[in-house]
Amino acid sequence: MHPPLPPPPLRIVLAEDSVLLREGLVGLLARFGHETVAAVGDADALEAAVAEHGPDIVVTDVRMPPGHSDEGLRAALRMRENRPGLPVLVLSQYVQRSYAAELLDSGDGTAVGYLLKDRVGHVEDFLDAVIRVAAGGTVIDPEVVRHLLARRRDPLQRLTAREREVLALMAEGHSNAELSRRLSVTDAAVGKHIGNILMKLDLPPAQETHRRVLAVLTYLRR
Amino acid sequence: MRIPWRPAAYLLSGGLTGAAAFTVMLLLAASGTALAPVLVGLPLLAALALSGVPYAAVERRRLRLLDPEPVADPHRDPDRTGITAWARTRFAERATWQELGYAVLAATVLWPLELLAVGGAFAVPADLLATPLLLAADGEQANPLKLHAVTGYPAALACAVAGLLLLPALLYALGPVAGARAALARWLLTAGGTAELAARVTELTTSRARLAAAFDAERRRIERDLHDGAQQRLVALSLTLGLARLDAPDGSPIADRLAKAQAEAGQVLESLRELINGIHPQVLTDRGLPDALADAADRSPIPVRTRLDLPGRLPESAESAAYFVVCEALANAAKHSGASGVTVTGGHDGSRLTVEIRDDGRGGADAARGTGLTGLADRVAVVDGTLTLASPAGGPTLLRVEIPCTLRSLPLRSE
Repeated sequence: MHPPLPPPPLRIVLAEDSVLLREGLVGLLARFGHETVAAVGDADALEAAVAEHGPDIVVTDVRMPPGHSDEGLRAALRMRENRPGLPVLVLSQYVQRSYAAELLDSGDGTAVGYLLKDRVGHVEDFLDAVIRVAAGGTVIDPEVVRHLLARRRDPLQRLTAREREVLALMAEGHSNAELSRRLSVTDAAVGKHIGNILMKLDLPPAQETHRRVLAVLTYLRR
Repeated sequence: MRIPWRPAAYLLSGGLTGAAAFTVMLLLAASGTALAPVLVGLPLLAALALSGVPYAAVERRRLRLLDPEPVADPHRDPDRTGITAWARTRFAERATWQELGYAVLAATVLWPLELLAVGGAFAVPADLLATPLLLAADGEQANPLKLHAVTGYPAALACAVAGLLLLPALLYALGPVAGARAALARWLLTAGGTAELAARVTELTTSRARLAAAFDAERRRIERDLHDGAQQRLVALSLTLGLARLDAPDGSPIADRLAKAQAEAGQVLESLRELINGIHPQVLTDRGLPDALADAADRSPIPVRTRLDLPGRLPESAESAAYFVVCEALANAAKHSGASGVTVTGGHDGSRLTVEIRDDGRGGADAARGTGLTGLADRVAVVDGTLTLASPAGGPTLLRVEIPCTLRSLPLRSE
């Protein structure tokens, strides 16, 4: 195993209405070599900036002026409709299942992320999420996954404790390599767990990470 | 034979209070008019104008002699203490002038008639009964009722017998007279009162709705302030701490402290999130009731199934009342019912929203115990809704909320 290459720098459009946080995020991204090509404070400016710059990824807050409701999310969904595959990472102050669901339903559920805003403090996790979404992955906040798991009690009961752990990480959108690193088990063991989980939950086997993530999330949302 | 004391007492007291009112009003009018040039008279005239108020209060009390059905006091409580505030309130009321009119009528026309009726009913038979005694005392003649002279004992005895027969007849006749007088009082004191009452109920209802709306708006404002201020700053703080941790050498004391500080900030953020959600859930504003209730169900410690079938968005006041009732009901179910599951169902039939919360717990929930349910009922009452609770011992418990409301013209964004 040789250490992974540093990811190529990304061109980012950032939308966040709090100036303090906007500056903080720009600084954080810059520190890791990513370029924030536009940092804006409302949904209209966000759409204009994306049209102008064609960024690698959009990072946006849900709640923005003028209405302070869910303009950021609406703008993100509209843009994904007009530019299929545009990577979008949405930051939300609250765990909102329906927000996550709408994002996953936009396009084919790839290249989207839904994170609790607090995660930006966990700098490495946050950056990792940005990079994974930009690369076409699906990232869902562990808090949302915990909610989803707590809601369904039926067939999940058949899973072992270890399998539930694997399922939670899988639903957050992690790859097999990441799972084996976090759980300190071999790749082969992870593969076996995943196979068992998919079988027990009656889900189609899938090799591709994002297909698998979507299958799991769809199951959990039912 | 039972003597009809009450009508007699009613008419007698009416005569006396009427005479007293006549005296007082005459004095006030005379002295007030005389002293008006030196200003002392003005308060006296004001008192004259308001004299109907105490008189009517006495009259309402006197009516209880004949009829236990109380007459409601039509007057409002002044909004401030003090005699001037009281007088200002009274002057502005229709009832005050109505009562003054009634007092003038009673003090000029009614009271002599009442005294005449009571006096006549006792005096006429008494006079006739006394004829033989008067004849004996006089020796020559007696003049019963001053009508004609009686000179012989047979005629005098006949008068006495007539008096004896007339006494009960006249006494019982007081009943209808008193009844008519009371009906007049009741009518004059309450005429137009129902319209005024209805107007006041409307006024109260709208002011209550306004208060509730203001309260909701205030909650939203607080929520916004916390979100835009404290919450964003805390996230920025957490981010700064996160960056600082990158610069601290691994395993050094400073790195540990920074990690602790960041964990602390995370805890505060979590508490703040829950607090804000309790004040006003953002999802309710953004997405409406079904999503907000699904969200509340997610947070419940016992399994909750929600099924709401709404054609669109409802007025904010109805949404938030229904939302908080369900939240409170879920909390109650989790705390007290021992239920293994709760079902929340709801719908809208074009004119009212209905939400039902059913749990399979032990039942025995009582609206009289604890303030939780009373608080819920109040919350629903503000939006003119009703709350019904069925919770037999042994369960199940069913709480049903109905809120009259029409749809807002906003489509629901469905998942």
